[in-house]
Amino acid sequence: MIEIRDLSVDLGDFNLKDVNLHVQSGEYFVILGPTGSGKTVLLETIAGLYPAKHGEIWLDGQEIMKLEPENRGVGFVYQDHVLFPHLKVMDNIIFGLRRQGRSKKEARSEVAWVVDFLGISHLLGRKPETLSGGEKQKVALARALVMEPRVLLLDEPLSALDPAGKEKVQRELRRLHERLNLTVLHVTHDFEEAVSLGDRIAVIGEGRIRQVGNPEEIFHKPGSEFVARFALARNITVADVQDGDDGGAFAIVGETRLEVLTDLRGKCHLSLRPEDILVSAEPFKSSARNSFKGKITRVLDKGSILYLTVSVPPDLICMVTRRSFAEMELKEGGEVHVTFKASAVHVF
Amino acid sequence: MTEIFRHKFTFTFAVLGLVMLLFIIWPLANMIFSSDPGTLWDTLVEDEVREAIWLTIYASLFATVFGLLFGVPLAYLLARRNFPGKKIIEGIVDVPIVVPHVAAGIALLFVFGRNSFLGEIFHVMHIDFVGEIAGIIIAMMFVSIPFLIDATKEGFKSVDPRLEKVARTLGASPAQAFFRISLPLAWRSILSGSVMMWARGISEFGAVLVLTYHPRIASILVYERFESYGLNWSRPVAVLLILVCLTVFVVLRYISQGGQRK
Repeated sequence: MIEIRDLSVDLGDFNLKDVNLHVQSGEYFVILGPTGSGKTVLLETIAGLYPAKHGEIWLDGQEIMKLEPENRGVGFVYQDHVLFPHLKVMDNIIFGLRRQGRSKKEARSEVAWVVDFLGISHLLGRKPETLSGGEKQKVALARALVMEPRVLLLDEPLSALDPAGKEKVQRELRRLHERLNLTVLHVTHDFEEAVSLGDRIAVIGEGRIRQVGNPEEIFHKPGSEFVARFALARNITVADVQDGDDGGAFAIVGETRLEVLTDLRGKCHLSLRPEDILVSAEPFKSSARNSFKGKITRVLDKGSILYLTVSVPPDLICMVTRRSFAEMELKEGGEVHVTFKASAVHVF
Repeated sequence: MTEIFRHKFTFTFAVLGLVMLLFIIWPLANMIFSSDPGTLWDTLVEDEVREAIWLTIYASLFATVFGLLFGVPLAYLLARRNFPGKKIIEGIVDVPIVVPHVAAGIALLFVFGRNSFLGEIFHVMHIDFVGEIAGIIIAMMFVSIPFLIDATKEGFKSVDPRLEKVARTLGASPAQAFFRISLPLAWRSILSGSVMMWARGISEFGAVLVLTYHPRIASILVYERFESYGLNWSRPVAVLLILVCLTVFVVLRYISQGGQRK
């Protein structure tokens, strides 16, 4: 278990301020944030590689802030692997055990399980420069895992990989986490990576933790505009939310009255995900409370998916498959109907 | 038009570069090839000459070893840490390059001479600098240490600091991370800097002249023979010194740069 209390770190240009996090034992916790938001420094501070201004870091009930990195019991894997280039793969993996005074022979037998687990026995005699990105990442993981760390810190472990390698390593990480019951703290700027791997996600921006929750909450109930934009919600606006006639609520956006489900009133952020909007050529009869006719003002082609800007007004960004677009004979400038549930509009 | 310009441009630069290369090679080659092998051999078997060349080589080697001992830690700190006054210290390290070497010798004489505070302390330990080999060594070290420190600093800078960080999380102490990771990865730069320092030490004249005229290092012997007996007497010694230095220099440079060739 990791507990971070009021951690502040001076980064020169900006600061990490009052970071509070609680990561359960065995949890896969993802810290999601844009590049330059201080994610790597946060991990380095936990590992003792970067000095903190103040705050506390507890690991399994022990305050580790004053401990040297070598005594903290954390494993660290960097984005671009950072293998020791002058050592062969095996010597990279046994590096930590050798520092604990094990003989080469002892260390080699001790790491056999990790080597088998990650399927890298054929790489042991090679130099890091001859490995692919995915192989390097596995070796870097093996090197950290043999030390049986209390927490594994992963700094953008997938971002230096090509799509195929990324998928493989992602599967590997999930398998590792499940089988070894590891506590993992993984930082990334990739929302999909965070959703796919994280039990819980903390969104970090401009040096502060903006929201902590499970992927569902972050995805559908972003707590701020920053989080919503980061969570890929494309329809975000500010509107005045008022009491509706039947105990519900509505918001006036542009000239359109949107039915929403919320207890909040007054000036609020609204977000609506493109995939929650149903697009149809004819009016669509359903229980959904919001149904409007609009004009397609722009079509953004993303291959198998098209993003349509539909002016109701307001302008709503909707998503349709290429096939539906063709079947409904939609075109830029043409008319279209959009339908979405009141509950699809997230108010915050 | 661009092609012709580029051609002319490259040609002009090549001609200018060639002039510079000739300027370096011609005097040395001329001196070596115009020497009579028989005279060279006769010079080599002279005890005075052999001893002077040998003394030059090993005094400079000692200077380099002391340079490594005290210079590498400084170079590492300059490469890895940020602290107030770092720029000033980097400037100080390069000062010996710009100080006239005779002046450097006089400055060293004031600090290490027998009547100085440090000279007294070393004298108690039976180490004297004036007129002694120790004087040659410190004079060589003073004028040549910037080459070692600068090359070593660049070597450490080229090693990703995250390698050390990972090593720390794997249980290595700062010293273990240094000796197991940074030092092996920077050794070519350190060796290259050592070769430059050693070679610069061998060629030193002014600072050594002030501190230790006797025993004579090779450059002083060349100068003395030139002054006393003229060009013909001094040339064979100079040629031998150049040949010995070139041989060692070429071999060590080959070793220190071998791994960087792709």
